Amino acid sequence: MDLAYKILIDPFMQMGAAPDLLVQTLWEGLVAGVLYSLIALGFVLIFKASGVFNFAQGIMVVFAALTLVGLHELGIPAFVALFLTIVVMFGLAFLVERLMLRPLVNQPDIILFMATFGLTYFLIGFGELVFGGNPKKMIASELYLPSGAYDIKMFGGFVSLQKIDIAAAVIVSLMVLFLALFFQKTRIGRALRAVADSHKAALSVGISLEQIWVVVWFAAGIVALVTGIMWGARSEVSFSLQIIALKALPVLILGGFTSIPGAIVGGLIIGVGEKLGEFYWGPLLGSGIESWLAYVIALVFLLFRPQGLFGEKIIERI
Amino acid sequence: MRVPGGADIATGGVLLAVENVSLAFGGVKAVTDVSFDIRKGEIRAIIGPNGAGKTSMLNIINGFYQPQHGRITFKGETRSKMRPHDAAKGGIARTFQNVALFRGMTSLDNIMAGRTLRMNKNLFWQLLRFGPAMNEEVEHRRRVEEIIDFLKIQEIRRTPVGRLPYGLQKRVELGRALAMEPELLLLDEPMAGMNLEEKEDMSRFILDVNDHFGTTVVLIEHDMGVVMDLSDRVVVLDHGVKIADGTPDEVKRTQAVIDAYLGVAH
Repeated sequence: MDLAYKILIDPFMQMGAAPDLLVQTLWEGLVAGVLYSLIALGFVLIFKASGVFNFAQGIMVVFAALTLVGLHELGIPAFVALFLTIVVMFGLAFLVERLMLRPLVNQPDIILFMATFGLTYFLIGFGELVFGGNPKKMIASELYLPSGAYDIKMFGGFVSLQKIDIAAAVIVSLMVLFLALFFQKTRIGRALRAVADSHKAALSVGISLEQIWVVVWFAAGIVALVTGIMWGARSEVSFSLQIIALKALPVLILGGFTSIPGAIVGGLIIGVGEKLGEFYWGPLLGSGIESWLAYVIALVFLLFRPQGLFGEKIIERI
Repeated sequence: MRVPGGADIATGGVLLAVENVSLAFGGVKAVTDVSFDIRKGEIRAIIGPNGAGKTSMLNIINGFYQPQHGRITFKGETRSKMRPHDAAKGGIARTFQNVALFRGMTSLDNIMAGRTLRMNKNLFWQLLRFGPAMNEEVEHRRRVEEIIDFLKIQEIRRTPVGRLPYGLQKRVELGRALAMEPELLLLDEPMAGMNLEEKEDMSRFILDVNDHFGTTVVLIEHDMGVVMDLSDRVVVLDHGVKIADGTPDEVKRTQAVIDAYLGVAH
């Protein structure tokens, strides 16, 4: 009885008693969610166009961030370094297509999946060789990302909004808008969707798979770069950052592997759910709740919607 | 039988020639030493029993398969290796035996996808949807609407193709191929699974495409009535080998063809 009270009623009493804390928790959940969405977005892009679950997305985030910081350390101005990093990510996309995807075309998906494992370990080794293994500090202020916080009076207390978090939300929204327009309205976007639907039909109308693959991997690389900058600015840039890729998995299960809106909404749900759970139910269960709660949330969703929130329901004519 | 139309056939301009082409998958011989030509402006049928290598032949023509032996000459140019992308660029369009559409997209978008190669304004303008790219998009949209009118599928323009009945899916697929404004149109069993009325409609579309746009058509079909009515010349394959080639009437009288279709007493 006592336990039921602690689980079912007490947390909500706390929420009611200190609404400013609740708002703070929700905000932090949303911010974390935005970053989860970003990582998931990188996965969705590649999965949509080639049906490959790109295990290397996490390390691409680290690699992009390290390249940016590393170039800056060489004395290159921040925005030039940013531009050069974009060039490097394009080069990476090009090489991945030429050296990894092209020789493996028409192989089963599992082979391509394993190839992305190989890519992951290559990027770890290559990154350490070039930039060293020490954590680095993201050049947030050089890129004119704001720091500090707004304190807003609310419900008799304070809610503190980090400016960098607001910037992250704005940048991510713009990027999603851009990607949505790109997918819906341009020839290349239409070609991307075509490839996602049917390889042979896409080939028959003259869509070049090679070109499309370079485009999606490049787009995923840009998403990785933005993720790396935003996440790096909150902590630091190191190889341990790649485990955030694991956070994307429940988001993808929740949102569906093929849906960009799904990645966004899924990320927000996981972010908010995680922070609420951690803050209000965490003390009951001991700490460490954040490492598995996301998966439990995803599992519950999976019971009711196996295809994810926005995933395409698979209907086959028999 | 159809009266062969157009001066092109009379002059015998060859659009595509297949010479001594062989294709095997491991030990399975799909096509063995086949030669034939396709003349400009004609409707050329490829017929044969199941497993005769008809679809393989089509896949070779549009670059999905690379034959191990033989040459293919398209528009006077001989290429040992042609990729699907090059074939599409060169003006070869096709449809598939089991309809291959972009299921998540509307009929309109599917047909627009057929314009891919004709759109060439760069990405920068496309993203802005402004200036040259906007004019281009509008122009292509106009051409696509013409095709939609031609195929009489106005009312399903905005419907995702996955929801359409089979007969209409086949029509949208034909529309996508036509949007490429091809010189050579490859149709793999365009009337499979259709009822009589749908077959008549499809036959009419194929004849109209051939007459009005002068598009050369290669057709795989099982319905002999349709083949005899539509085609100018027929190639007959059996077990990957060419057993007859000629006008429908000539082919019909060939003993090898009769044997292949009806079986031989051993």
